[in-house]
Amino acid sequence: MAATKGILAEFANPAELIHAAEKVKEAGFTRFDCHSPFPIHGMDRAMGEKRSILGWIVGPVAFIMVAFGFAFEGWTSTVAYPIVISGKPFFSYQAYGAVAFAIMVLSSAATALFGMLAVNKLPRFHHPVFYSENFARATDDAFFVSIEAEDPRFSEKETADFLKSIGGAQIELLKEND
Amino acid sequence: MSDTDLKLHPSLDQGPLITGGQTFRSVTETISSIVEGKTSKVWLLLFGAALSLAMVLFGSIGWLFWEGTGIWGVTNPVGWGWAIVNFVFWVGIGHAGTLISAVLFIFRQKWRTSINRFAEAMTIFAVIAALVFPGIHVGRVWLAYYMFPVPNQMQMWPNFRSPLLWDIFAVGTYFTVSLMFWYTGLIPDLATLRDRAKTKIRKTVLGIFSLGWRGGNKQWKNYELAYLLLAGLSTPLVLSVHSVVSTDFATSVIPGWHTTIFPPYFVAGAIFSGFAMVVTLTVIARKIYHLEHFITLNHMERMNKIIMVTGMMVGYAYSMEFFIAWYSGNEYERFAFINRAFGPYAWAYWTMITCNVLIPQLFWVRKIRRSIPVMFTISIFVNIGMWFERFVITVSSLANDFLPSSWDYYRPSIWDISTFIGSFGLFFTLFLLFIRFLPMISMAEVKGVLPEADPHYYHGKEDSHGSN
Repeated sequence: MAATKGILAEFANPAELIHAAEKVKEAGFTRFDCHSPFPIHGMDRAMGEKRSILGWIVGPVAFIMVAFGFAFEGWTSTVAYPIVISGKPFFSYQAYGAVAFAIMVLSSAATALFGMLAVNKLPRFHHPVFYSENFARATDDAFFVSIEAEDPRFSEKETADFLKSIGGAQIELLKEND
Repeated sequence: MSDTDLKLHPSLDQGPLITGGQTFRSVTETISSIVEGKTSKVWLLLFGAALSLAMVLFGSIGWLFWEGTGIWGVTNPVGWGWAIVNFVFWVGIGHAGTLISAVLFIFRQKWRTSINRFAEAMTIFAVIAALVFPGIHVGRVWLAYYMFPVPNQMQMWPNFRSPLLWDIFAVGTYFTVSLMFWYTGLIPDLATLRDRAKTKIRKTVLGIFSLGWRGGNKQWKNYELAYLLLAGLSTPLVLSVHSVVSTDFATSVIPGWHTTIFPPYFVAGAIFSGFAMVVTLTVIARKIYHLEHFITLNHMERMNKIIMVTGMMVGYAYSMEFFIAWYSGNEYERFAFINRAFGPYAWAYWTMITCNVLIPQLFWVRKIRRSIPVMFTISIFVNIGMWFERFVITVSSLANDFLPSSWDYYRPSIWDISTFIGSFGLFFTLFLLFIRFLPMISMAEVKGVLPEADPHYYHGKEDSHGSN
């Protein structure tokens, strides 16, 4: 028999999903997620999620890269390739702002995108929720709670009953099928 | 229920953002079906026309590489002709996309959700069309890599004191960041298309590009912050890019260029021309694909208001240039401006004034702001006017500089014209491919602004309630 990787329950609308998230959190589950076609306002609090750490990654990158930009421009124009152009001083820091800024924005934006993917552990093409056929609607108009089998409080029967008791429909065990 | 005391004043209530009683399902259906359905005849026709024009561009570039920049009309004293005019024109058009996607996001303007994907795509393709021009204008294109700080065996480095190099960095960054921003917005929608895909190939390709997106809130929270950070980074970027472009002119000593008003003036002009292009494209796309419920007249009217405001900003800049030319007491500066308005290029100057300053004033009338044929016509005029603005700035200052003996009248060659017209082909080819293969309206974001997306919407209707 295929191993159970988790459980999935569908909820009717964003309000019910928030409601369910609160109940699942109160019941002591930790490895669960609430899937929706768009971000739902207030869901972080309902799930007890901390604020994303992404800002702490992008911020330092921005500061480091703007300093690097200035230093790099200074180094190329004074040490690596000093060349007199229109009698301007080699170290013309006034002229370095635009490029240093561009380097900062470019590296920070790349960090924001790839940092987001890294924090979200994406790309990940294989996940228990994809065992469900019904889950395809999570990107359309359906709202789901998934609880992973690795959660210490998980048990096939009791968790299913619990999800039913808080209003879940279409409760489905996520079983390996490949 | 306590929403009675929180009711908006009727004058502030602007009606629903999305009309036609949409549900989450109908949003998915309407927008995905454009991408999933059969290719329409209109699309094929337009694509054929656009691709033919793009071929004109590639042909002209081929001849240019073979023969050199001598095939263009550039000569002494006008060493910067249509290439720089077209470059500034296209970069400027891009700015509306970033303004809509980043600046309006930060100001929480929810109406942007219907047009942001579309406008961001326009940004990317406009910047591609723009980057063609400095790339081919360098003459010896095989040395174009000199512009990048690439370690090389000659131990040369670029000159960071030159505004032309700032431009490479500014526009290059702008392109890359716009692309990343656009892709970030696309991830949830690509996942929607993946989950609807019928064939294996489609599922695999969309699966790869949607990166295994699951729409879990643990992902959404990082996603939303990443989006906010990208918007925050793009906001100063969009203001800086055209400022840097303007320094190409402003840091020189040519009368008519050497002014401090250039950076804000160029930025306002960029947003002005960009919104005009968004209106032009939106009018066509919403008609062909029946998106009137998503891109409503309210959306169009708001864009027209922005066109009017920025049109007045450029009008202010035009008059302030004249005032400063007179007030500075600088003889050359005065001459440059009198020459602009009444000299050999007066026809171009007054075309610019008519298209950019006078015609957008029609938008004071609400009926005109909400009339599709009129706004379409006005947006075309603005596009023309903004091209002429760059032409006037570039050519009139160079053609009549300090030394009357070197004055000359600039004329474009046939290759200037074919390259410019061809760049529209490149732009529209890319744009048509985009609307055929990717969702042109952000489904996840539009769903997020539907009233049903707010947990409080269900308050009182059922027993459930939100978190606060």
